[in-house]
Amino acid sequence: MTDRKIRVLIAKPGLDGHDRGAKVVARALRDAGMEVIYTGIRQTPEMIAEAALQEDVDIVGLSILSGAHMALCPRVIELLREQGLDAPVIVGGIIPADDIAALKQAGVTGVFGPGASTHDIIEFIRTQVQE
Amino acid sequence: MDLIADLLAGNRRALARAISRVEDRADDARGLLAALHGHTGRAHVIGLTGAPGTGKSTLVSALARAYRATGRTVGVVAVDPTSPFSGGALLGDRVRMRDLAGDPGIFIRSMATRGSLGGLARATADVIAVLDAAGFDRILVETVGVGQAEVDIASAAHTTIVVEAPGLGDEVQAIKAGVLEIADVFAVNKADRADADRTVMALQMMQGLASAGHHGPQPGPGPAQPGPQADGAWLPPIVKTIATEGRGVEALRDWVEQHARYLRDSGQLARREQARAAAALDHILRDRLLADLLARQPAERLPALVAAIAGRALDPYAAADALLADS
Ligand code: B12
Ligand SMILES: Nc1nc2c(ncn2[C@@H]2O[C@H](COP(=O)(O)OP(=O)(O)OP(=O)(O)O)[C@@H](O)[C@H]2O)c(=O)[nH]1
Ligand SMILES: [Mg+2]
Repeated sequence: MTDRKIRVLIAKPGLDGHDRGAKVVARALRDAGMEVIYTGIRQTPEMIAEAALQEDVDIVGLSILSGAHMALCPRVIELLREQGLDAPVIVGGIIPADDIAALKQAGVTGVFGPGASTHDIIEFIRTQVQE
Repeated sequence: MDLIADLLAGNRRALARAISRVEDRADDARGLLAALHGHTGRAHVIGLTGAPGTGKSTLVSALARAYRATGRTVGVVAVDPTSPFSGGALLGDRVRMRDLAGDPGIFIRSMATRGSLGGLARATADVIAVLDAAGFDRILVETVGVGQAEVDIASAAHTTIVVEAPGLGDEVQAIKAGVLEIADVFAVNKADRADADRTVMALQMMQGLASAGHHGPQPGPGPAQPGPQADGAWLPPIVKTIATEGRGVEALRDWVEQHARYLRDSGQLARREQARAAAALDHILRDRLLADLLARQPAERLPALVAAIAGRALDPYAAADALLADS
């Protein structure tokens, strides 16, 4: 008899103070029955990778509205993999359409921009974690 | 990888995964806890509890740093409630612990309350045991509020710090009954606030040391000093802290250490360990006996008996007798 829950890390890397979207998503995931570890703003990629390891999360969600996603996302993924963590990484915020292909190339599995439905995010996480 | 060997060798990934196995009550959780049991009993476990927003997480962070300054390693367990509606949880205590990032002598784990109250106490005790086996010297456990769940969790701690803060409304009302019994140390946090002394006074009043509205020098021998008393009891000290600035936190740490020494020297530690062991065994036995009993019944038997009790055809004691008789 196990009592498993999907554990999600929601983190805001960089100097970006826009935290509304991250909080909206965090609450929606909680309401969908997941355990959400919220790190708050101003996290370095190192802090995020460390939190993901300690919390043993199933998936890592980054929220970036500052425009620094092309530097931050690959770095977080690199640090996770260095520690032997294979958790998928998804990102939300202000991500120009032109960058999506490069982010996916770097290992990001899902990109969610302004107006993304939390329902879609929840479904996406569920399928990602099942795999 | 061999989870147990790696964990004992200090591998943090193994530690994180072991905690999950235990928390999820996975199939190998029992074997894991059994293998680790012999490695536990070294850490001093410190519970921090108090009303929402009193500054517990900030204080945990500052206290952990104060311990690191003395070379101690620190495990942190931050417990937040599971939503009764969705079963999910928003665990936000790490937001206040960013100062602890990047220190290999620290390990922070957020934990949701999940199931029942009794279950929470056991799950917390199990996670504490894993951190203890991993070799952390001090384990700080943050829980919200002071209710039955916290009293249960306090039983898993060696030293319980009750965190109060000024400005939570009427001081005496805000300081809930029951707190006096579980507190080994009081922290009056947010001491940068003007009305912090009123909170201190309220606590002293509850300890019977000060009288309301009394001003000026006290006649007689004066209030008792906190700490060990002549009769062998422990009078909880009241420590003012400003967690955001780290002020008063070294004094808090030193009081916790003094309490740890008191527990050892007075023989209380051995008694607490006995009580912890008895409670753990009691929980497990209840669970297993009930599960075993129910597993041996046909699926429809229990609902039928429940219906009979509700319909006044059977009294609950007779129903229990019936279940026990044919198992
Ligand atoms: C509100 C707002 C602010 C507020 C922020 C309040 C707060 N605490 O969050 C304030 C006024 C403080 C602010 C300040 C600034 N802002 Co501003 N701000 C906005 C604005 C108007 C809305 C953002 C918002 O809250 N949306 C609502 C939330 C719910 O949506 P969201 O964050 O997009 O989240 C959704 C998805 O993106 C996704 N999502 C988000 N995170 C995640 C995470 C995961 C894991 C997943 C799966 C999904 C996901 O799901 C959410 C739900 O659909 C946007 C413009 C816009 N329309 O987006 C500009 C905008 C983001 N801001 C901008 C700028 C430039 C600034 C400032 C630098 C302005 C300045 N010069 O001072 C400052 C910087 C502040 C700082 N410290 O970082 C620019 C960013 C430009 C860029 N990236 O190239 C924008 C795009 C405006 C613009 N068009 O120029 N801002
Ligand atoms: N002025 C002042 N503010 C403080 C102090 N300590 C903490 N705070 C602030 O109080 C707020 C709550 O702090 P937390 O540490 O999150 O409190 P908590 O008790 O862990 O909260 P919950 O986990 O939600 O119950 C934050 O805004 C802190 O910055 C202090 O000593 N002085
Ligand atoms: Mg907290």
